[in-house]
Amino acid sequence: MGMRKVAIVGAGITKFVRRAQETGKELSWQASKMALDSCGITLDDVDMVTLGTAPDAFDGVHMKGEYLADGAGAHRKPYMRHYVGGGTGVFSPIHGWMHVASGMADICLVVAEEKMSSCHPHPQGAFLTIFDHTTEQPLKPTLIWIFALEMNRYMQTYGISKADIARVSVKNKHNALDHPSAQVAEEITVEDVLASETLCWPVNRLDISPASDGAAAVVLASERVARRLTDKPIWIDGVGMSIDSAYWATRDLSYPRYVETAARMAYDMAGIKEPAKEIHIAEPYDPFDYKELHHMEGLMLCPRGEAARLTAEGYTARDGNLPICPSGGALGVGNPIAATGLMKVIEIFLQLRGEAGKRQVPGKPTCGLAQAWGDLMQMGTVIVLRS
Amino acid sequence: MAITEKMTKTTTPTHWEGDIPVRFVYTYGLAGETFFRAIKDKGTFLATRCDACDVTFLPPKIYCDRCFEELDKFVDVGTIGHVDTFTVTFKNMDGSDKAKPRILAMIRIDGTDGGIIHYLEGISIEEVALGLPVKAIFKPKGQRKGGIEDIIGFGPVE
Amino acid sequence: MKLEDCKLGGTHLKSSDFEKCKVLTTEWTPNLGYAWDNGVAIGRYLAELKEGKIIARICHECHRIMLPPRMFCELCFRPTDEWTYVEDTGVVNTFSIARVNWDASRRGPKEPPLIPAVIEIDGATKGMGILHMLGEIGPDDVKIGMKVRAVWKKPEDRTGAITDILYFKPVRAAASKKAAAGRKR
Repeated sequence: MGMRKVAIVGAGITKFVRRAQETGKELSWQASKMALDSCGITLDDVDMVTLGTAPDAFDGVHMKGEYLADGAGAHRKPYMRHYVGGGTGVFSPIHGWMHVASGMADICLVVAEEKMSSCHPHPQGAFLTIFDHTTEQPLKPTLIWIFALEMNRYMQTYGISKADIARVSVKNKHNALDHPSAQVAEEITVEDVLASETLCWPVNRLDISPASDGAAAVVLASERVARRLTDKPIWIDGVGMSIDSAYWATRDLSYPRYVETAARMAYDMAGIKEPAKEIHIAEPYDPFDYKELHHMEGLMLCPRGEAARLTAEGYTARDGNLPICPSGGALGVGNPIAATGLMKVIEIFLQLRGEAGKRQVPGKPTCGLAQAWGDLMQMGTVIVLRS
Repeated sequence: MAITEKMTKTTTPTHWEGDIPVRFVYTYGLAGETFFRAIKDKGTFLATRCDACDVTFLPPKIYCDRCFEELDKFVDVGTIGHVDTFTVTFKNMDGSDKAKPRILAMIRIDGTDGGIIHYLEGISIEEVALGLPVKAIFKPKGQRKGGIEDIIGFGPVE
Repeated sequence: MKLEDCKLGGTHLKSSDFEKCKVLTTEWTPNLGYAWDNGVAIGRYLAELKEGKIIARICHECHRIMLPPRMFCELCFRPTDEWTYVEDTGVVNTFSIARVNWDASRRGPKEPPLIPAVIEIDGATKGMGILHMLGEIGPDDVKIGMKVRAVWKKPEDRTGAITDILYFKPVRAAASKKAAAGRKR
């Protein structure tokens, strides 16, 4: 298709915290500045800037993209904000990739920010309005409902128990102990998850990622520039995205078809025929523990209904055959929506460069993917990276 | 090809009403905390300066948006500025008439490249002009909470 | 680069920092009301709910009987063709036992949990579900696949809203109670 090769050459991130003192601009600057410094460039070198951030109703700032622009390094530069719900963070580098692959930019700064703590009494109040205003909102739904409904359907379809699913939370919160940005890293057991407060059965408190504030950023470069900036460029070899309709209640809730569609697009681009063998490491989106399993299946990293068993066998642990969410994921590091997706991309970037420190998976992985998911359970975004 | 039906019955429910039931609590951020603490405790304005870009930010930023370097030195720039531009507001938010028109101005604080949007107090519509020197009028210290409302407005410089 | 070697931004505040005013803040409550147009399909859907009936829309290309009704078929991308009434009974596709309210506040100890469900309405194409509530059933007795029937508001109380259906109740509560015995939620 005549597209240029694009690499990730630098990355930056803030801590993920429940309530940050920094404004969204300041968080964006902290992550963006770190990303530029990490690859030894300045803002002058940046041709274009793209920013991902989820609903304005979290930060309570209308035109959030415009508000955040100077903190994201967009001062008098081509700049665009993108938003696909929870899928935003992985869409962010895809959006940047479009700028560089097309030849529009040689260096693109990609920033993702979320400040959910501004929203009171709880960010859940903002989620109410994602439901259809006439046919669903009058029933006073919470976002947890649709997760609970989907989780129940998934459990029933494949005969999976709550304990099977709780292992994901245990694994990810454990992994996050080694992540410097982590908000809710801890050593817990399956029993702790099952004994935690039942919010909307089958969802307990410890099945869910927290609300968070945070920002992340990456620097993308064209091939020529990337090779000049670093010895270890990480190439964006495949990108995919797919959206299903907002009639979520008319969909097969046991399987995320739209994630599969997005994955197939990315795999085709990357020349991947057997994802379960060719992908060495993955960061699927895990805002709820069952979602990691759901997404592993949608990404075709394992047969349908098998992800829970593989998790129980340690296959997805950091030292397992296919490490899943070695960062600690949304469940452990935290979930400032858009920034979470980009945090996952950064984790794969660091892992493929062998720079993940205590989180480094064994076996020198050379191919990894990050995936995010969002909107009204309808959006899948996938990125495949290779060293 | 078009939608095959139109709404013809006026008794059909035509709309659904609702709102977005949230409220927001904003922190001022690292720069904003320092800025508004100075207003609250000392009744003065602090700015940050980027020497490389020759820009003095007011309200202050912890970074220069031109070169992206960190700015961590706050300087007291005082409370005097001049009217950069202004408008006269005759209406309230709901469209009703104000009892008395108010002058809203963009005040460039002297020695900075930034400024503050606020009301002018003790200056008549006849007197106001671009370039007019003005000075911040603060609430009494005990009533200041750390916010833009700690400033009553900007008045004439004696 | 290693994250471990970097000084990371993000200053964590405790909720007590806000309560004790250790940090300066400002508040805003948006005062925005909305009136969302129903359009043709949802307008008719609501009008029929007021009459105690559920109406769907058929696409002659993919032959789906669609609920909620819509004036265009999102799969065939063409106008839908005709109206049809469907039953006010259905099958529970999935459900939850909700102990939190929409704003994440917890339901009181004496308040029964809410039981939201996706209900596949009889007469619509299989899989065409809607979100609604279950009632007249205990949380331990609900199961996927159970038959349910709409419980309507009294005709004079209906306003043309999805809440004209109060909830769906089991068609045979006694039988399902036995099947769910021993399951505690």
